[in-house]
Amino acid sequence: MIPGKFDYFSPTTLDDALSLLTEHGSAAKILAGGQSLIPAMRFRLATPDILIDINRVEGLDYIRETNGYLAIGALTREASLDKSELIRRKYSLLADTVKMIADPLVRNMATFGGNLAHADPANDHPATMLSYAARVVAQGPNGPRVIEIDDFFTGLFENSMAPNEILKEVQIPSPPPHSGGTYLKIERKVGDYAVAAVAVQLTLAGDTCSDIRIGLTNVAPVPMRAKNAEKALLGLALSDENIRAAGTAAAAECDPSADLRGPVEYKRDLVRTITIRAIREAIKRAKGESEA
Amino acid sequence: MNHTVSLTINGQPASREVEARLLLVHFIREELNLTGTHIGCDTSSCGACTVLLDGQAVKSCTVFAVQATGKQVETVEGMAANGLHPLQEGFWEKHGLQCGYCTPGMLMTAKAFLAENPQPTDDDIRWAISGNLCRCTGYVKIVEAIQHAAAKMREDQTASDSAGKTQNEEKVPS
Repeated sequence: MIPGKFDYFSPTTLDDALSLLTEHGSAAKILAGGQSLIPAMRFRLATPDILIDINRVEGLDYIRETNGYLAIGALTREASLDKSELIRRKYSLLADTVKMIADPLVRNMATFGGNLAHADPANDHPATMLSYAARVVAQGPNGPRVIEIDDFFTGLFENSMAPNEILKEVQIPSPPPHSGGTYLKIERKVGDYAVAAVAVQLTLAGDTCSDIRIGLTNVAPVPMRAKNAEKALLGLALSDENIRAAGTAAAAECDPSADLRGPVEYKRDLVRTITIRAIREAIKRAKGESEA
Repeated sequence: MNHTVSLTINGQPASREVEARLLLVHFIREELNLTGTHIGCDTSSCGACTVLLDGQAVKSCTVFAVQATGKQVETVEGMAANGLHPLQEGFWEKHGLQCGYCTPGMLMTAKAFLAENPQPTDDDIRWAISGNLCRCTGYVKIVEAIQHAAAKMREDQTASDSAGKTQNEEKVPS
């Protein structure tokens, strides 16, 4: 279980990292927290010729709220997100998600940007960022480019960044008043990938759902939104019947595979159940009846 | 191509020429001959290889040695510098181990945890050690051991605070 040989670079500026990436192209991989990449290299599932370690690049580790959105630097550790009072108070869906990622030791190294760029449908942030309608800022040789999260995940372990771009920042729109969100994950044990998980972020206008986005984890080859489930509630009353219909829709539109975590039928029914539970919790939070 | 890894290990400087692909756990065990840090699952699941990197508990099987250049690394060998550490005493007193394989990792995780949370609940402790697997104890005795250490460390802190206070008072001219 020793990784293959590679050449190692440790630039201290984003420009230097981009130059190295432009020079070496797809032979190079970016090393951020390494908590997915290093195990993959040990199993020889990944054998990059070049590693560009960005851990010594300054200015990519921050959490700040500006101009109506929360900006998170790509190199921000999951542990920093977990400790953020701002996130706990205003971004409950993200706060819930971070607690469920791997385990506390892995979260000390793992980065937010790496979790997204890896584009693993079993990772937890993709569904949550889909649910938040987040934006990804990719930095290339010609400057930054904004990618809507709906256009970011293009396949299993594939995203829409060019080979010479580095994920620099993620922007999460600040939820308007009367909003609530939650992440509900079923896992066999701490540190395991989800059997299934659901991210819900919604906004209320009286008893009507004026906005809702739902993301699903590890029940499709690509991180996905449950758009039919969203339609079952968008602009409609938050009745028990509509909430149940959303759960049924999510179960129908996901595309899980049978594995050690369970057969397809079980996973679909799990998606139905946790979608209903998550929507109910998100509504409670939007009404201020439940704390994150 | 080899790289120079220069770091501080348990307060002492160390420097070696190694391949970039050498993992920190192998650097510690094979280059520095500190075999208290264990290798368990080798896939960042079990936490037996936990060390402190600039004070943060990390799994050293999932960090390259070159990444630790310029950093402070602390292993279980560094704990008993002045007699047994309160955590080691706690594991002794409360029987916090059976086979002992997970213990160095548990100790390092607990050390970083108690530095942040000196007065934890049992649930806080279970949450903190959720990345460290023990197949013998069922965790009950490990939680007791960490509580024992937390209480001891709070006592020591209070004692040194009041000692400092007395000293300051004595400096005030009468």
